Amino acid sequence: MSGQIYDRNGPVDSTEPSDSMPAKPARRRLSVTLITGLLITLLWLLIALCAPWLAPYDPLAHDLTATFQAPGAEHWLGTDNYGRDILSRLIFGTRIDLQMGILGVLFPFIIGNIIGVLSGYFGGLTDTVLMRLLDITIAFPFFVLVIAIISVLGPGLNSFYIALALVGWVSYARLTRSQVLVLKHSDFILAARVMGYSPLRIMLRHLLPNAITPAVVFSMTDVVLVVLLGSSLSYIGLGAQPPAAEWGVMIAEGQAFIATAWWMCVFPGLAIVLLALGFSLLADGLAERLGTKA
Amino acid sequence: MERFKFVLYRPLQMIPVLFGVSVITFILVQMIPGDPVRIMLGSRASAEVIAATRAQYGLDQPLLVQYFYFIVNLLQGEMGRSIIYRAPVLEVVGERVAPTLFLLGYALLLSLTLTLVLAITAARKQGRLPDQLVRVFCTVGLGIPAFWLGIVLIIFFSVRLGWFPVSGFGQGFTGHLHHLFLPSLTIALALAPVLTRNLRATLISENEADYVNAARSKGLPESYIFRRHVLRNSLLPTLNLLGVNFAWLIGGTVVIETVFSVPGLGSLMISSIFARDYLVVQGITLVFALAVIFTNFFVDIVSAMIDPRIKL
Repeated sequence: MSGQIYDRNGPVDSTEPSDSMPAKPARRRLSVTLITGLLITLLWLLIALCAPWLAPYDPLAHDLTATFQAPGAEHWLGTDNYGRDILSRLIFGTRIDLQMGILGVLFPFIIGNIIGVLSGYFGGLTDTVLMRLLDITIAFPFFVLVIAIISVLGPGLNSFYIALALVGWVSYARLTRSQVLVLKHSDFILAARVMGYSPLRIMLRHLLPNAITPAVVFSMTDVVLVVLLGSSLSYIGLGAQPPAAEWGVMIAEGQAFIATAWWMCVFPGLAIVLLALGFSLLADGLAERLGTKA
Repeated sequence: MERFKFVLYRPLQMIPVLFGVSVITFILVQMIPGDPVRIMLGSRASAEVIAATRAQYGLDQPLLVQYFYFIVNLLQGEMGRSIIYRAPVLEVVGERVAPTLFLLGYALLLSLTLTLVLAITAARKQGRLPDQLVRVFCTVGLGIPAFWLGIVLIIFFSVRLGWFPVSGFGQGFTGHLHHLFLPSLTIALALAPVLTRNLRATLISENEADYVNAARSKGLPESYIFRRHVLRNSLLPTLNLLGVNFAWLIGGTVVIETVFSVPGLGSLMISSIFARDYLVVQGITLVFALAVIFTNFFVDIVSAMIDPRIKL
């Protein structure tokens, strides 16, 4: 199968200039990625901030005279089984989903970086203990461990953040630790030590700022993963609770009516895709600009 | 045989991880508010049964001793009883393994097919329209929520066209194939972007490697070079990535089984959470963790078989 695809194009000429991309156009293209990502993300932030002015209806108000309205002039994206306006719910949902993405990344980011720097800088027993803890955490499927923790703490967004903080730190710890392991032998750290700076000062002021780049780049990708995770959990019933206008909740509510009111499910999902796309592009653009692999 | 020595000592390295996994699953149930025996047996259990269970799990003992009982019971395949199904957890979980395994295998097959087709097409037409389309698919695909994609597929293929059933596992092998097609496709569409991205990049860089040019200068046919050298050397990183993503794949099946009401481990886990059937949740968490640990071990062995340079 693969051979045929190859033959049809004839042998590849390895001296063809298109094989090795010249540096200049590549640099310009990554800027487009970065800017598009930034624009989409800023747009979502704006929607979240201005939700009360943008939404044409109250996202929670029932209107039993206008249930299951198809998308049209009155309700651009239709209404649900209680007559609630889908567009207004989507707009207010931005607040919850964006908050999930940001807080769900922030706590693991902080914890993971602290553990990564401590582990990398001190080495020895500290490193061994922390890294075994990491091995054990990643032995569980991420999603399964998160829902197991939420099942114990009880459904809701607070449990979601706690579970993520307990499980999500591993990626950041690993990334930052590997950076610190290399950096701690470099001359400027040695100089700082000779100056008699305390370990805390060396770690905070000298190691962390230089080691944190890969973690920052990954955090953008992580926002995508966390938003997907959060909306999945809300869909299952373990995350945001109805009647909250969270996108996963809206999809779950719509699933019973897919035969008659497809718009209840389709639009909230598209919103997730677009939010995720913004952060994905941001991650790709940042990775290329900062020269790290996401 | 020197390079396969790790098959012997790798399991020893797994012991601390297995120990840690058992501690965490043990702690999870300890964290539940309320009397664990009441939770295990439900509210209508008699005083004798409660006393017997307390003795069996050593629940009147210190925590460390309780953990010891937990491990001893576990090694005997004793994971307590489900309060909903009124049967041993091992039995309840065992009955649900088949649909999940079927789904995983099916999804893996579809993912790999999709990945190979997309990545090879993109790498061959690098920079041109097919490649651009594949790259858009990879970027957008990463952000598509799998549960939503599943529902969209249901709306289109089940409700509108009536080609596939909306939910369930079906009867017999062909029934399973038919019922699990949409769930497997959903998982494959979510997994393929990650793998395609990786394989495409590797194919392109391998295609420019010196040994490939050497093969070309010998006058070997392009199709032969591609199959024997480029593809073969590119598959290893993708295989490793698949191993890394296996844990994600299991998480994916939990949600997708719920969307499509597949009677597997994932949907059992979710329904058990809402039924407060904690020992079943604990059992499934443990099963999933073991599956991930052993899959990674298996991937290591296969990698070493494909690439003799790998030292473990």
